[in-house]
Amino acid sequence: MMKNDDCLRALARHVTDEDIVVPVYTAAFDWLAIRPHPLNYLAHGAMGLASSHALGLALGRPDRRVIVLDGDGSLLMNLGSLVSIAEAAPRNLFHFVCENGTYEANGGHPIPNRANVDFAGFARSAGYPAVHIFSDLKIFEQQVAAVLSEDGPVFATLKVTPSGPQNRDYSRLHGADVRAATKAALAR
Amino acid sequence: MRAQEHDGPQAPPVRLSGTSIIREITASGVEFVVSVPDITTSEGLLRPLVRAGTPRVIRVCKEDEGIGICAGLAHCGKRALLLIQQTGMLDSINAIRGVAVEYELPICMMVGLLQKEPHLRPRQSQRYGVRIVEPILDAMGIAYHEIEGEPDVAKIRSAIDDAYADSRPVVLLIGQTPS
Repeated sequence: MMKNDDCLRALARHVTDEDIVVPVYTAAFDWLAIRPHPLNYLAHGAMGLASSHALGLALGRPDRRVIVLDGDGSLLMNLGSLVSIAEAAPRNLFHFVCENGTYEANGGHPIPNRANVDFAGFARSAGYPAVHIFSDLKIFEQQVAAVLSEDGPVFATLKVTPSGPQNRDYSRLHGADVRAATKAALAR
Repeated sequence: MRAQEHDGPQAPPVRLSGTSIIREITASGVEFVVSVPDITTSEGLLRPLVRAGTPRVIRVCKEDEGIGICAGLAHCGKRALLLIQQTGMLDSINAIRGVAVEYELPICMMVGLLQKEPHLRPRQSQRYGVRIVEPILDAMGIAYHEIEGEPDVAKIRSAIDDAYADSRPVVLLIGQTPS
């Protein structure tokens, strides 16, 4: 298992100023501390929709990489998006799932059947052409650049543990000023 | 613009033409149609759109996915239309609330009204699942237009243009099966 923020730090070293990043809840608060940037697309409006926003972004900006940092609980609310993404097949979409086995943002309750659920298996069965599972930080650090240079859609499960206490001020995710900054950055 | 007046039954509408609806969608600058199949618009709209290839049809499994996809596209300056059934719209109320209304995004929804009687306005329907649609949209503060007959098709382009100009959602209610 990897600490969530260590894992995201390793990823951030390979994210460029042109990339759009769509982080969800717990991953978003860690990501904001690691890579504050106007191309962080933080406002999803309803739990589970990050991967769908990311598909829209990937279709709308095929010239940029779109990196979604999903949660396991979030993805369970929108599993059909795996099938929709696989069919639309945007080559610039990179779908990471931070799998911690809990609804961490909603009190830390376990996701259903967490001992057995297989997110990489879902993605493979949905038709993602490239699927990875990482649970060791050193291996992730070695391979993340290669993962980000594959043709998408790419899926990767990151087996993570919590980073520690977070400042969960949700206005930092979907305040009007945050949304306006993202919109302006995407218009450039 | 909010809904029209709703007093009294309407005259039998002139049959809707799928071709003219698609012409208006295309003329509105819509590049993507995101859809879960709807029986009212299946043959007259969705199938010809898929055959045409432009706008690009994105098939999704559930309607709230479409709300997210249209939001992402809107952020990129791309116009999209979500083509669904009212059952799916009702299932997506929280996504519409959060993404379209609270974030003030131009989410344009074309909604087939399953089981609506062609000679009645939606509010007058004998079907509970039809007559609640407009009151719910009123409660949410979402603009909508009834597309019941061929003369209504002219509303489509301006409704989509207004939604993007004002950055707010709009719903186009398809009240009969287009030919």
